[in-house]
Amino acid sequence: MTELHHLGVAELAAKLKNKEVSAEKVAEHFLERARTDVHKAFLAIDPEVTRAQARESGAKLAAGTARKLEGVPIAHKDVFVTKDFVTTAGSKILTGYRSPFDATVVARLRQEGMVTLGKLNCDEFAMGSSNENSAFDPVTNPWNTEHVPGGSSGGSAAAVAARLTPAATGTDTGGSIRQPAAFCGITGIKPTYGRASRYGMVAYASSLDQAGPMARSAEDCALLLSAMCGPDLDRDSTSLDVAAENFSQHLLRPLARAGKGGGPLTIGFPQQWWGGNSEQTAWLEGMAPAPQHLLQWETWPSINAALKALVDLGARVVPIDLDKPELAIPVYYIVACAEASSNLSRFDGVKFGHRAADFADLADMYKKTRAEGFGQEVKRRIMTGAYVLSHGYYDAYYLQAQKIRRMIADDFQSAFAKCDVIAGPVAPTTAWRLGDKADDPVASYLADIFTLPASLAGLPCMSLPVGLGEGGMPVGLQLIGDYLQEAKLLNVAHQFQLATKHHELQPGAAA
Amino acid sequence: MSAKLVQGYEVVIGFETHAQLSTQSKIFSRAPTAFGAEPNTQACAVDLALPGTLPVMNLGAVERAIELGLALGSHIAERSVFARKNYFYPDLPKGYQISQFEIPVVQGGEVSFMLGDEKKTVRLVRAHLEEDAGKSLHEDFIGQSGIDLNRAGTPLLEIVTEPDMRSSEEAVAYAKELHEIVTWNGICDGNMQEGSFRCDANVSVRKPGAALGTRREIKNLNSFEFMQQAIDYEVRWQIEQIEDGHAIQQATVLFNPDTGETRAMRTKEDAADYRYFPDPDLPPLVISREWVERVKSSMPESRPEMKRRFEADYHVRSDEAKELTRTRDTAIYFEAATGLLVKINPANWPIPNGSTDAKQMYGSAIAKGVNNLLAAQLNRESLSIAESRVSPANFARIHARMIDQTLSAKTAREAFLFMWDEASSEDDGLLDKIIDAKGLRQMNDSSALEAIIDEVLAANAKNVEEFKAGNAKAFNALVGQAMKASKGKANPAQVNELLKQKLA
Repeated sequence: MTELHHLGVAELAAKLKNKEVSAEKVAEHFLERARTDVHKAFLAIDPEVTRAQARESGAKLAAGTARKLEGVPIAHKDVFVTKDFVTTAGSKILTGYRSPFDATVVARLRQEGMVTLGKLNCDEFAMGSSNENSAFDPVTNPWNTEHVPGGSSGGSAAAVAARLTPAATGTDTGGSIRQPAAFCGITGIKPTYGRASRYGMVAYASSLDQAGPMARSAEDCALLLSAMCGPDLDRDSTSLDVAAENFSQHLLRPLARAGKGGGPLTIGFPQQWWGGNSEQTAWLEGMAPAPQHLLQWETWPSINAALKALVDLGARVVPIDLDKPELAIPVYYIVACAEASSNLSRFDGVKFGHRAADFADLADMYKKTRAEGFGQEVKRRIMTGAYVLSHGYYDAYYLQAQKIRRMIADDFQSAFAKCDVIAGPVAPTTAWRLGDKADDPVASYLADIFTLPASLAGLPCMSLPVGLGEGGMPVGLQLIGDYLQEAKLLNVAHQFQLATKHHELQPGAAA
Repeated sequence: MSAKLVQGYEVVIGFETHAQLSTQSKIFSRAPTAFGAEPNTQACAVDLALPGTLPVMNLGAVERAIELGLALGSHIAERSVFARKNYFYPDLPKGYQISQFEIPVVQGGEVSFMLGDEKKTVRLVRAHLEEDAGKSLHEDFIGQSGIDLNRAGTPLLEIVTEPDMRSSEEAVAYAKELHEIVTWNGICDGNMQEGSFRCDANVSVRKPGAALGTRREIKNLNSFEFMQQAIDYEVRWQIEQIEDGHAIQQATVLFNPDTGETRAMRTKEDAADYRYFPDPDLPPLVISREWVERVKSSMPESRPEMKRRFEADYHVRSDEAKELTRTRDTAIYFEAATGLLVKINPANWPIPNGSTDAKQMYGSAIAKGVNNLLAAQLNRESLSIAESRVSPANFARIHARMIDQTLSAKTAREAFLFMWDEASSEDDGLLDKIIDAKGLRQMNDSSALEAIIDEVLAANAKNVEEFKAGNAKAFNALVGQAMKASKGKANPAQVNELLKQKLA
């Protein structure tokens, strides 16, 4: 029999239902892998909690009352609050914090019978794209431990890639699911803003934060996403009043008939994103990017090949316009920092979390507590956010950013008039080496260029592995859908994964 | 009439009032809002700003805002926006207060009232929804401060006026009128001691015709008395400063009731930059026309409307109607008691139930009872009319027994007091049991009365003589003696009648 950790969510769920393996045995197997994790992906494990949940699943499986994902292990990014595990959000300021309630997403996955393995490392308060901003050990990339796993959901991506868990939750504010998924060669999806409840997610940027699953295949992501999403109107005012959906239902639709009106699926490629030369784009009819829009990115050969593979599967690729992609960067960093500066005010040493040991007065207590508790990048974003909201600067920065944000969303709507989904790179490069961008925050911000636009528009988007690039590191293809079109994205990804083997590639470390 | 001047200066006052809305739960959480609980027992995860918690709008608070807007003739915004006001303070758990900033829910409107014989109108700028902060307890802990977050997240409506008031008297009259409107409509319980209705007064002075002077804001005035004292002191202080050649600095001040003085808390230089921005956790508040209509149809009759109706329907005097509509509970009590008395129809008037005539027949009797007997008793016991121990039904029954002559005015009062002690009971027969048990039945039997009167006349020959000699007072003395002999139970009208006959 295949080793348990090589099984995906769907396979494990089936084996558990068929009683080929017990929930208790599955839990022990993954607990052992988590215990010997060399990638520092886990921040908290508690074998007794996991075993108790596994026993509960075991009983339900035995009694024939098993739920959809009964007994399948999952681990949660540490920005989801949990009753049974400490929640730190990767920050010292929350050291030892235990929530009196579970995040809605955590509770929903438990309700489908999933067993919690523990909590996963991430950039502090989900701020970062390399996981090096975690207040704890930096996570390493299972494909090459000298490289970063991406971020902010780096622990989630590394844990899935290293087969420490069949599935993990992540959160995506400006690419935090898609980019680490791409860097670690796994599949991850961020649903439409409002699909998954934000209740119980430690807030970074409220208007952008969205939860999503990270797993080994689109098929597994569809199962997980179906369990995670659904209205939570009593607890989250930004939750969409849209019924839960079975995202697996269209997985098998052939791309030749997956488009509007049953025609071939039309994939839009933003010509302003193109980084190749005209020779390499010759196969793409009508693609004529203006030279000033050419971006430098090195992952294009894999992306180019993936687009061709999708055409072979019956899809059409057409050029679309998403003008001035570089504008998304300042817009995102203004909006996200502004919201973060306010969201993080509650970490003041008064009610919970870290409080400085010695202080002269109230102001001193605030200053010391926050100076000690927050890391560099968090402080940088709080200051940036406070600045752009300040009297006299608000109109020039925050208000202007909101206007451009609306224009970006409108551009996407025009694009979706011409195509069913948009495809492009997740990141300009593969995972960089640890420390390479640690001293240059702006370089790190610029690398977010392809993930930020969909986040700003609140659109569903995902990353799927499409081969290895520079240095033998994985490359991810990004798919962006129109609002509530998650099922279509998963359909495209699954069809691709049925025809290709990229998602089955695994790092040596996972053996 | 031109504005009253103080030492040649015109006083300019604007108000900001925080009315705590009468919802059961908080504005963005489900924790209860009741006053006076043990510290931190009415604060849930959302109020404590625990990580991962989010605000969810309490629609009851929105409805109360709509009600206020309708009561004051304001525009109800179809779309209003919640913003975050960012500042650090231990009793502000999130590090920001959620409040409406650029686009408030209630816009414009006015409050009109009488100041002496003059009608005054104060224009409103806006009224916006916001959450209250918790409380810092500095006295209870040596060298430390305690934080009570029970009040954190309590719904408030901040009602802001134009600087339309020209004297402390006018300011107090405005505040009283606003207080009456919010309590009448049940928007706010109006309890000023508990902080349910807190006023901040922006006060400045200027020479007539000059531009507006620099204002100072007196915070947290929680009684009408202090309001007047504080404004008067502040006006004198500002004039003194200006006369001494000092410019007024914009500042926030507190009134100390012990010294009767105002003292600056902070000046404009310390003013924080609150970094307001729209709260991304709350979508804009959208209020449909239908919602406004629904709220409108469920609102009580306004006080002036009700007063006019009482005068017309019940034939009560204007001053009586004013008393009866002092609170909505008083009006409700009055109408309930009158309704039942009409139904009992103790005088057997041949009038159809519910007719205006029937209401007029009995309304004035109940009006007098509510305004005198009941009001005095409630006052003695410091109770509100909603807490009356005699129900409107029993109050009507007492009056019925008075009208059918079973009780005199005097014994009716006694019956009322016995009833009060028995606590309000809807037992139909309770009153008659009390009347019999306590011997309150009026003596209406003329033969028994005649016997008493004969005895009184025999025993008071001197009074009889004096009366016959033309001293009218002597007649009253004889009535008194007869009433005393009957232990107060004789029907006074009959005693009068019989005495007149005997002495004729």
